[in-house]
Amino acid sequence: VKVAVLKGGRSLERGVSLRSGARVEDALERLGHEAVAIDAGGDLVKRLAAERPDVAFVAMHGLGGEDGTIQELLEILGIPFTGPGVAACGRCMDKVLAKHELRDAGVPTPDWFAFNETAFRELGAADALENLEERLGFPLVIKPSRGGSALGVKFAASWFEVPEALVSAFSYDSRVLLERFVEGRELAVSVLGTEPLPVVEAIPTGGDRYDFEARYEIGRTEFVCPASLGEADAAAVTAAALGAYDALGCSGFSRVDLILAKGGPQVLEVNAIPGLTDTSLLPQSAEAAGVSFEDLVERILELALKPAAA
Amino acid sequence: MEETPHRRRAHTRTRDLERYAGLFAERTGVMRSSAMRDLMAITARPEVISLAGGLPDTSTFPAGTFAAQMTRIAQESAAEALQYGPTEGFAETVDCIVEVMGAEGMLPDPDDVIVTTGGQQAIDLICKTLIDPGDVVICEAPTYPGAVPVFCSYQAETIQVDCDGDGMQIEQLEEVLARLDREGSRPKFVYSVPNFQNPAGVTLSLQRRQRLVELARERELLVVEDNPYGLLRFGGEALPPLYQLDGGDFVIYVSTFSKILSPGIRLGWAVAPPPVMEKIVLGKQASDLCTSTLTQYFVREYFAEGRWREYVDSLAEIYRGRRDTMVESLREHFPPQATWTEPQGGLFIWATLPEYIDTGDLLAKALREDVAFVPGQAAYVDQNRGRSSMRLNFSGVKDEEIREGVRRIGKTIAEQVELYGALTGGREEVGESPSEPGPAAKDPGSAAAAPSKETPDRGEDEPTEGPGGDVLPFRKESSA
Repeated sequence: VKVAVLKGGRSLERGVSLRSGARVEDALERLGHEAVAIDAGGDLVKRLAAERPDVAFVAMHGLGGEDGTIQELLEILGIPFTGPGVAACGRCMDKVLAKHELRDAGVPTPDWFAFNETAFRELGAADALENLEERLGFPLVIKPSRGGSALGVKFAASWFEVPEALVSAFSYDSRVLLERFVEGRELAVSVLGTEPLPVVEAIPTGGDRYDFEARYEIGRTEFVCPASLGEADAAAVTAAALGAYDALGCSGFSRVDLILAKGGPQVLEVNAIPGLTDTSLLPQSAEAAGVSFEDLVERILELALKPAAA
Repeated sequence: MEETPHRRRAHTRTRDLERYAGLFAERTGVMRSSAMRDLMAITARPEVISLAGGLPDTSTFPAGTFAAQMTRIAQESAAEALQYGPTEGFAETVDCIVEVMGAEGMLPDPDDVIVTTGGQQAIDLICKTLIDPGDVVICEAPTYPGAVPVFCSYQAETIQVDCDGDGMQIEQLEEVLARLDREGSRPKFVYSVPNFQNPAGVTLSLQRRQRLVELARERELLVVEDNPYGLLRFGGEALPPLYQLDGGDFVIYVSTFSKILSPGIRLGWAVAPPPVMEKIVLGKQASDLCTSTLTQYFVREYFAEGRWREYVDSLAEIYRGRRDTMVESLREHFPPQATWTEPQGGLFIWATLPEYIDTGDLLAKALREDVAFVPGQAAYVDQNRGRSSMRLNFSGVKDEEIREGVRRIGKTIAEQVELYGALTGGREEVGESPSEPGPAAKDPGSAAAAPSKETPDRGEDEPTEGPGGDVLPFRKESSA
């Protein structure tokens, strides 16, 4: 099969994407497929037209690659592609939209408020911030609505820290959300097709639990897979993850991040196209289920070529 | 056409991390990789105006001279130039080094000099010679961003002493030394870039130089003087290097041909007292046997022409113009709350914004405008410091690009300032009031330097001459 591996692009997660893409290319070659790597730039459509691949492996993260843009283009060109479709990508990328969908579908997610930059600039939304204390309480996590990794995610312990955190979050997107901080274990469930893979737990090692960058740094966070969970917890976590995956219309594969709080799991977000590097969670999870990286790539391709086979 | 060999070995990379992680040395645990690094990676897009580099301008180096010299080497000394050389470097290269140091008033013994693969290797070899895990190293705050990973990789405990407009605050250094005494700990060395410091652009004053050297002698404390920019002065009076003031007993001197000739030739050097040098030479032997023979031959030819100083002066002249352009643009486009240094030499300006602006996040926003800079946190070991500062390079960027780049950054900052104003409803004190800042604690140094319209570097056509010749971006009194 001739596979175009789409990677890079202009998003802030370009670096991770290049690593994901390179690893996928390796696996494809070992599987005996013909892999054509394309760094998604101005000549993307020309390249695709010239190469005429049977399928596109989308190994892109962040805006442009994970938000439905590339997927729309591939639909127009009639090229089957891996991972979720246009609408699901759009929903996952926009955390505010995703949280509305989750709440409507009855999937537990921490309480939040969202604000547009214009609301502050033109409508005096700052005055509404005074309600935060009463409605959400502190501490709060402040995030750009559309942004990957930990960039722009800030923790506010009190009201005084909110304006500064908002300025940071608005650096990445014109919409931000303020979310109640939920204390608990940090878990990730990857879904392949319709099957949940073993749960991964992220345990910060001696670091600050509010240091969100630490979550992505080797050596500062320990990842345990499969996470050690009681039967009831495992079932609840998996059900919440599959609920979120379905509510957002995901297909192919995706990763659901959640917190296991005292009252049960709370879904934080769904990554439509999670990282596929050697330190990424989805491949680790697959490995724990006895699925090698090559098998994982092969299965993702199958799901793209024969969606019904899911 | 033959078929090209396979790009990569086809071994399985599944579970690579687990397979190798158990083998990693402990020191790799402190080597950082982060989202910020990925962010810096995309500053390399061709359409981005990058004020983030640390590049000298090599575009005016006469290509004809380069061609003629390399040709002569090929014709007359091909066999030698392609051969290994001595670990310490060729005596002829050392002669050139002695000449360069002489231009700043130093007279080193040629036997105390080692030629290294760039100044960076000199820093690495000094650490390799002196640092055991847990040893204390003292450096400036902010410090040369390239030194941070070296100190980290040798697992040094790094203490940073705040700078002001006259460089490292020696009073604060004395406090740190006194505290270490009480704790029964002896620092291995104090690392300083005394001239036009990277990243702050400030110069250590004469008084502080004298006090630092006194301290070194009193306490038998080693000082590592890193001086890549001293000859690139375009204003004010030259100050004596620490090495000259000390005579070379307690000062280890590091410099490079990178900024006065070419960073591509990877030639730097260290000067150290004989017992230290002996160990450094052994360390270099283990690292790479010797520095490039070919580029040492090139330097020899180049210096034989006797025009190296002219070229350095022509670079300084170019940089003066670019510094002026950048300062002018900063005045025009940065908000009144911002402060910056006005260096009288070197490559960099350090700008500090209101403390509610995180320059890492600002960079993400600025990249959408296709402009880049180095966020201040790169110059600190504690990643929570320097978060409202940035390093701007003027040497490697042409005037029009400096103007446009600063304009774009200024526009991005203005949006943040306006937004913050809207968020606090003009109650500016809101963001600054907590006496106990949370996890996002700000750099006390930059906080002290933050919003103050009275800093003397604004609105003056002529920079105020301090003892160090540089204009003060920081308040003079030491911060907590």
